[in-house]
Amino acid sequence: MNVKPLLEIPVNKKAKIKEIMIDGPIRRRLLDLGLIEDTVIEVLQKSPFGDPIAYSIRGAVIALRSEITSKILIETV
Amino acid sequence: MFDNIKVNKKSGNDIVIALAGNPNVGKSTVFNELTGLNQHTGNWPGKTVSIAQGNYVYNEKNFILVDLPGTYSLMANSAEEEVARDFICFANPDVTVVVVDATCLERNLNLVLQTIEITSHVIVCVNLMDEAKRKKIEIDLVKLSSLLGVPVIGTSANKGKGLEELMKTIDELNNTNPISIKYDSIIEEEIKQVEKELKNVNKRWLSLKLIDGDEKLLESINKYINFESSKYNELLKIIEASKNNLLLKGMDKNKLRDKIVSRIIKLSEIISKKVVSFKTKEYNSRDRKLDKILTSKLFGIPIMFALLGLVFYITIAGANLPSSIIANFLFGIENYLTDFFIWLKTPEWIHSVLVLGIYRTVAWVIAVMLPPMAIFFPLFTILEDLGYLPRIAFNLDKLFKKACACGKQALTMCMGFGCNAVGVTGCRIIDSPRERLIAIITNNFVPCNGRFPTLIAIITMFFTGIFASPFQSLLSTLILTGVIVLGIIMTLLVSKILSKTILKGVPSTFTLELPPYRKPQIGKIIVRSIFNRTLFVLGRAVLIAAPAGLVIWILANINIGNISILSHCSNLLNPFAYLIGLDGYILMAFILGFPANEIVVPIIIMCYMSTGNIIELDNLTELKALLIDNGWTWLTAINVMLFSLMHWPCGTTCLTIKKETQSWKWTIISFLVPTIIGIIVCFVVVSIVRLLGLI
Repeated sequence: MNVKPLLEIPVNKKAKIKEIMIDGPIRRRLLDLGLIEDTVIEVLQKSPFGDPIAYSIRGAVIALRSEITSKILIETV
Repeated sequence: MFDNIKVNKKSGNDIVIALAGNPNVGKSTVFNELTGLNQHTGNWPGKTVSIAQGNYVYNEKNFILVDLPGTYSLMANSAEEEVARDFICFANPDVTVVVVDATCLERNLNLVLQTIEITSHVIVCVNLMDEAKRKKIEIDLVKLSSLLGVPVIGTSANKGKGLEELMKTIDELNNTNPISIKYDSIIEEEIKQVEKELKNVNKRWLSLKLIDGDEKLLESINKYINFESSKYNELLKIIEASKNNLLLKGMDKNKLRDKIVSRIIKLSEIISKKVVSFKTKEYNSRDRKLDKILTSKLFGIPIMFALLGLVFYITIAGANLPSSIIANFLFGIENYLTDFFIWLKTPEWIHSVLVLGIYRTVAWVIAVMLPPMAIFFPLFTILEDLGYLPRIAFNLDKLFKKACACGKQALTMCMGFGCNAVGVTGCRIIDSPRERLIAIITNNFVPCNGRFPTLIAIITMFFTGIFASPFQSLLSTLILTGVIVLGIIMTLLVSKILSKTILKGVPSTFTLELPPYRKPQIGKIIVRSIFNRTLFVLGRAVLIAAPAGLVIWILANINIGNISILSHCSNLLNPFAYLIGLDGYILMAFILGFPANEIVVPIIIMCYMSTGNIIELDNLTELKALLIDNGWTWLTAINVMLFSLMHWPCGTTCLTIKKETQSWKWTIISFLVPTIIGIIVCFVVVSIVRLLGLI
């Protein structure tokens, strides 16, 4: 099993959420968007300056900043 | 009882319908189509931030529709979610209609299931069915209805499809048998314990939330339900005991919340898998391809400026001709009015005050403002409806992060192009209070529709007038875009300075949804932007221009000593104005233009004309001659543009800032910050030019 932060996953690759290491309102917002354990999401593309990055999450496109994605642990698919 | 959610019932028989939904699912369109009430709908997440109400009559009954803020959830993570949840839970609407996006059903089901937990009187309105069809997504509405246990109606609200059936279903809604969501047995046990203490219809859900440690809900319960204090204390004890029980079983606060949320999301996934079928794997490949270009590393930023430039180019090039036609027409009427007054044998001063004072100011405002607005607003609304604006936020977010601000500030800046007051209101989409204040204070660095016709006129007169017509518009566009880029740079710079001084803090993080691109409906956009925006803004400008014209005329024509009051004021301001490259009259015009930026140029003209010979002003060449006669140089022109870009917000915007921040302190700061910056910038520019002897 290869666990690493979501931030390190290259564009066009998929990843399975393992753990969100953030507390508070941001964690709840991420859960509301469907980022729960075992959710498979796809890295769609980087913004022109490299951050944020857009992800396909349960059919919606959501952009997340690096300080969030560095704290989401995933398993490569 | 509901301070922030009042329903205006006309009679006791009225039926109250709450309209809930994720942001950007066409909820406002459903609302508008049903009620006919005009409320602006935009294609970006979180646009509907205040509650709108409307009503319609069906089957001889009056239905009141309450448009709740667009939210992803009812967990009360934000003020919007709290308002939406409190309304559904405590205002007891007869029916709650949850509008969902057919192209993104799974994510939307989260809100549906949360709503069903609170109330059984739910109808699901699956909107954007036409979009789903185009993307070859099929949804089994009958199956969805039987799985959820509530009625499900498919609609394409922008085409009016399915709304008749929706109204019928709302009218006929009786008992539903909604799906019941069961949690882990240890959670269920505690729910039962707390449930005993409550008498409400939705006690199961209330209990769950109370165990979840939702303090805001406890506040709301206290606010909306009259508890005896002894009972209330008992309730608190039971909740505490339940929380401890869970903790003993290894379920802390975070774990519990995860369990509850995960349960609903997994259920959404299961239901979605059963009812949605994608006929093609690449159902949103077109959106992805567009994003790959519009937000790419190489082209993202250039395309953004090119699009902005294109909008301004069309506005500038397209406004030239109608502007001169309207000016000719209105100033032609002026001659007839003059003849008419001569024929009436009225005293000269009456003619002077009415025609040269009021009429001329109003005519100028209409001739200069109307054509650019009538072109700019529809073009901008097209970009908005396409879904392009969130991409701008995506493109620029890193710059805002570096300025310790929120990327959504880019969206509020875009709104500022139309009207800064709208931009300030739009700042509600920013969750962090600190970053919201930064966005509000800096919004004025985006030139609004009241200011860029002034900018365009000055650019044309002083910098591009000598060029042939197609190049002239192009060059004007380039200079105007340059001015706007300067505005963006100032926004970022000032945001950074604020973050390091009076609004200290680190950038909070956020999530930004990039909604699917949608085909704008040109016809509706034109109607909406002309009637809702153009005429509204123009009407406001004219309403202010007319009395302002009168005041200026009085100031210019009543003498104290040998010279007019206006000249006295101007002489007073002159030394200071000279330092920042303006003159007393120009500064005076900016001050008198506080109610509306549109009238700054007409005031300048009137000031100059009251001191010299009155000339016909039906084109820019003559206006330029007037300005040059009064000592304008290219440096004056630059400084008027700079000061126009950076000075106090207009009266309407200041009032809006007061309303949004609920604080005089922040209103005054919002007034001072751009003003001080503008004075400094103008002073530096003037000093450098004068030191170098360039002028």
